[in-house]
Amino acid sequence: MAQYLILIYENEGSYATASPEVFNEVMQAHNRFAEQVVEQGGKLLGGNALQGTNTATTIRTDVVTDGPFVETKEALGGYYLIEANDLDQALAIGKLCPARFGGVEVRPIMHFE
Amino acid sequence: MTSPAGEPGRDSVSAAVADAHRREWAYVLAATARVAGDIDLAEECVQDAYLSALEAWTREGVPRNPAAWLTVAARRKALDAHRRDKTLRTKLPLLVEPDATPPDAEDDDVIGDDRLRLVFTCCHPALAREAQVALTLRLVCGLTTGEIAQAFLVSEATMAARVTRAKKKISATRIPYRVPGAAELPDRLDAVLTVVHLLYTTGHTAPIGDALVRPDLVERALDLARMLQYLMPDEREVRGLLALLLLTDARRSSRTSADGKLLLLADQSRAGWDRAMIADGIRLVREALRGARPGRFVLQAAIAALHAEAPSYAETDWAQVVALYDLLVRVWPSPVVALNRAAALSMKDGPEAALTAIEQLERDGRLDGYRYLPATKADLLRRLGRRAEAATAYRAALDLAENAQEREFLTQRLAEVAPD
Repeated sequence: MAQYLILIYENEGSYATASPEVFNEVMQAHNRFAEQVVEQGGKLLGGNALQGTNTATTIRTDVVTDGPFVETKEALGGYYLIEANDLDQALAIGKLCPARFGGVEVRPIMHFE
Repeated sequence: MTSPAGEPGRDSVSAAVADAHRREWAYVLAATARVAGDIDLAEECVQDAYLSALEAWTREGVPRNPAAWLTVAARRKALDAHRRDKTLRTKLPLLVEPDATPPDAEDDDVIGDDRLRLVFTCCHPALAREAQVALTLRLVCGLTTGEIAQAFLVSEATMAARVTRAKKKISATRIPYRVPGAAELPDRLDAVLTVVHLLYTTGHTAPIGDALVRPDLVERALDLARMLQYLMPDEREVRGLLALLLLTDARRSSRTSADGKLLLLADQSRAGWDRAMIADGIRLVREALRGARPGRFVLQAAIAALHAEAPSYAETDWAQVVALYDLLVRVWPSPVVALNRAAALSMKDGPEAALTAIEQLERDGRLDGYRYLPATKADLLRRLGRRAEAATAYRAALDLAENAQEREFLTQRLAEVAPD
């Protein structure tokens, strides 16, 4: 087994203008995702949604500035840490991860011996 | 064929080893990779096996089954390496063996055919297309990094870095060494076929350089298509790809004149086409067309078959060609397909109708910078007698064309429509 981080990149603006029904659907999709990870034979080790990039503060060589590290239309909005046998299984799980206003990136976790 | 008792000459043994390298590399490496659990180690062991074959076969004769001999030798070397270096087991393996049971490495008699695993690993969608191509040539075809670099006209250092990066990604992300399951297979197979087709087209019309055709790449692509057809006899798209390559390649020798100049399909001498290859291709197309909803390689092969069967360019069944392009655009909505459809349409309904389709493609914008768009437009305008506009389009095509033969052809056409 190996660990992968699923990074969820979405358009924040779309969430700002989304109706309560849409929010509800997204929440339900995330609840379902937790079950789907197990159905796929993987393990959900953790995950969180992040507050919007307007709450972000960036530090570069001790200089503190307002805003996210990189300004992009689709920003990192949350993540899941999963365990999977291999990349194919991780990708199958990644495909099920809700991200209706963007997409996800799957990255293996680095292990140091 | 040399009997083990005979004393084969050094030259014939070298030839046998070279032949086994060309034919059996993928088989031997794929089978060894399972035991080695690491691509780099597997490659090293297979190289060693070929080296020792030269000695052993000179001494004992060329074995009846060179692939089995080489596989046994390479697997032994891999096992020895594992025994010598137990720490290897604790290192991150370069290959993920998805099966729960470890392969029975000691059982030399049963050597499964792992070539498909190797191909699907090399063409995994997590790898960039150029990395898929490089890995396939390196691991499946057994080309050296230098040879691959030469084929794609990049420096050896660039190609070496590309191969290393790709191998690192296989290892770090744990791309499994496996044939995908039924659900993923259509997409994953399409990636494999795309790589083989890309190799063929790169060889068929080298994007840059002096020669129009690079026979080395063309032959490798044909070998790969034949291998896939052998390993996946029930996949219609595989059959379609092999048919497409055969039907295209049957016309190879007539694509250039005696002095190496590019000849269009309309001007090619059909007497020079390889009839045996065409017959093979047509048989495969017929088989692949059976059943509902043929895929994009089958449809392209069916179009190539119509061209191959036609007694002349003018007598080609253009209505049928356009009809097949209509189906093709539906399963593969690529602007390049739309461009080819327009060219066929010009033969069915005349250049005027095709020009409308071309102008639509120009507005679409996805083919900006694609040399065949202005080249096709120029030809239509030339046929319509609109010489000044044709000249402008030929100049636009010349700005984009880098192959010397293609440039010469376009320059000549430009001179015809703009004689000053």
